[in-house]
Amino acid sequence: MISSAIYAPQRSGSVSVFSDYCWRNPRMFLFLLLLPPVLWLGIIYLGSLFSLLLQSFYSIDEFTGLIKHEFTLKTYRELLHPANLDIVVRTVSMAIIVTIAAAIIAFPIAYYAARYARGKWKVFFYLGVMLPLWSSYLVKIYAWKLILAKEGILNWFLAKLHLTWLLESVLSIPIIGGNSLSVSYIGTCLVFLYVWLPFMILPLQAALERVPVKLLEASSDLGSKSQQTFRHVLLPLAMPGLIAGSIFTFSLTLGDYIIPQIIGSSRLFIGQAVYSHQGIAGNIPLAAAFSIVPIIIMAFYLWMAKRQGAFDVL
Amino acid sequence: MTISVAFSKVCRYYDDIKAVDKVDLSIEEGEFFAMLGPSGSGKTTCLRLIAGFEQPTSGHIEIFGETAEGVPPYQRDVNTVFQDYALFPHMNVLDNVGFGLMIRGIPKDERNHEAEKALQMVRLSGYGARRPSELSGGQRQRVAVARAIANKPRVLLLDEPLGALDLKLREQMQDELKELQKTLGITFIFVTHDQGEALSMADRIAVFNNGKIIQIGTPKDIYQRPETQFVANFVGSSNIVAADFAGLSDRKDRLVSLRPESIKQVDSNGREAIVISRSYMGGSTRLNVENNGVRLNMVIQSNTGLPQDGEKILISWDPEQAHLLSNDQ
Repeated sequence: MISSAIYAPQRSGSVSVFSDYCWRNPRMFLFLLLLPPVLWLGIIYLGSLFSLLLQSFYSIDEFTGLIKHEFTLKTYRELLHPANLDIVVRTVSMAIIVTIAAAIIAFPIAYYAARYARGKWKVFFYLGVMLPLWSSYLVKIYAWKLILAKEGILNWFLAKLHLTWLLESVLSIPIIGGNSLSVSYIGTCLVFLYVWLPFMILPLQAALERVPVKLLEASSDLGSKSQQTFRHVLLPLAMPGLIAGSIFTFSLTLGDYIIPQIIGSSRLFIGQAVYSHQGIAGNIPLAAAFSIVPIIIMAFYLWMAKRQGAFDVL
Repeated sequence: MTISVAFSKVCRYYDDIKAVDKVDLSIEEGEFFAMLGPSGSGKTTCLRLIAGFEQPTSGHIEIFGETAEGVPPYQRDVNTVFQDYALFPHMNVLDNVGFGLMIRGIPKDERNHEAEKALQMVRLSGYGARRPSELSGGQRQRVAVARAIANKPRVLLLDEPLGALDLKLREQMQDELKELQKTLGITFIFVTHDQGEALSMADRIAVFNNGKIIQIGTPKDIYQRPETQFVANFVGSSNIVAADFAGLSDRKDRLVSLRPESIKQVDSNGREAIVISRSYMGGSTRLNVENNGVRLNMVIQSNTGLPQDGEKILISWDPEQAHLLSNDQ
């Protein structure tokens, strides 16, 4: 009789019984928690990825336009055709430039937010970084087209400053130049940079926030000037954030097909190639082969980053 | 004797908080100097002023006779052992210890040799390849010391270096640090809130409270002749009683500090006191007794017959042992 007073009375009702059961069987609870995401990731996500991979090993019959369901590397050979390889090189170069530029611009912003911004300034920082993500992607891109166009505000502003010559000399550079910013690779790059910048700032800021100020002081105490502290302490410790951010900017640029269509020269990027091959041309195997390219590049990039010790501090 | 660090009227204010308030200090070369005080008393800020992480709001700091204001930390011949060690997590122990040498551009072989020597001094030779995360708290502490001394500074600053260690390890490290200071012969400036640590290690102690230095002196000075009630209470424990009660009848208006171990249990010719409570501490036993309505703490040897609670005993002390305190806090 005494012991019965120690415990609350046994609860009834299916929810209580279930929660008691979960408490007694933590492994079962974990299994139940993980089941939906594993099903989602495993079947729907990875499954579709594999079927894509499979598609790339089929080929299209040039005469009938039908897909031949037998294994061949013909589609990959087609991918290596100069015109297609050109698309890959163009896209990858753009992704590299956008990523490097985003890292350079994002670092000071993220550093300021992590080290100095407090209270309402921190809120202001998050709003400032995230606000562009709240408005429509298409609207932003068309807005940029207007800004960069020949009759656009940027040209008007530069004309007021008597700097039109500067813009013209930049635009006269072969390959990256063009008639106006909105039809040049420079414009494409600027818009990519604008659209993906938050994806670089946020992981970088999270990584920098985790670097204790004490470590920077210790570095300075041991004789490092600011640039040495940056190189030997801050940068290696921020590397996981930088890698995470670069995965976003790099892969988003690799896969995007709207920005290069609206802004830039009319030459194709991987995303556009995939879009046109699977839609208009009905060449799903080639579209699939094209979309394997970013996957391989990203896998290679991560492997390199790991080999360089970028994740050692995790 | 050369003066290694000198403060004159140094203040450091954060808005209207006076973290350091008109501090005067003069620390000799080769001295083991402790800054003792409760948290928020300004001792760590003083250390940071010496390291160069903070600049004084007013006043003047000299390190080896040279003005320190405006000199960045990386140009000072001063190294710090940080409170939570601040080891670089992305480097192994050897690279951590050799960091300062690497920054100075010393070639890898020589740097590693020096770092290994510093590790030897803290008895960690052979640990160079490990990561800081693979070490125990005591080992990390040693690495932090090795990293600081590898730079061969003329002043070593230690910010509560033993705070995170357990008691046994702390005592061992106290001895080792003391020994290391003797071997190196450089100035050690040690910040601690642990009075026992300060008493056992330092040549001189500065007791801080509310941003001010209350008293500077040798451990013996501080313990036996505390100038104020704060020092008497903070360094060791003390009975603060009226002077005439303690037997100094000519100084009625003043308070004195009477250390618990100065009060003896006697067989005759003593004051009558009732034992209120006892706490057994192994070798000694602390008694709380009451005499004429005044509660006193005293310490007796545990191997004598211990009195029971409520028992009447006779106590006595030499009025010479009572130390007159100044009237300010």
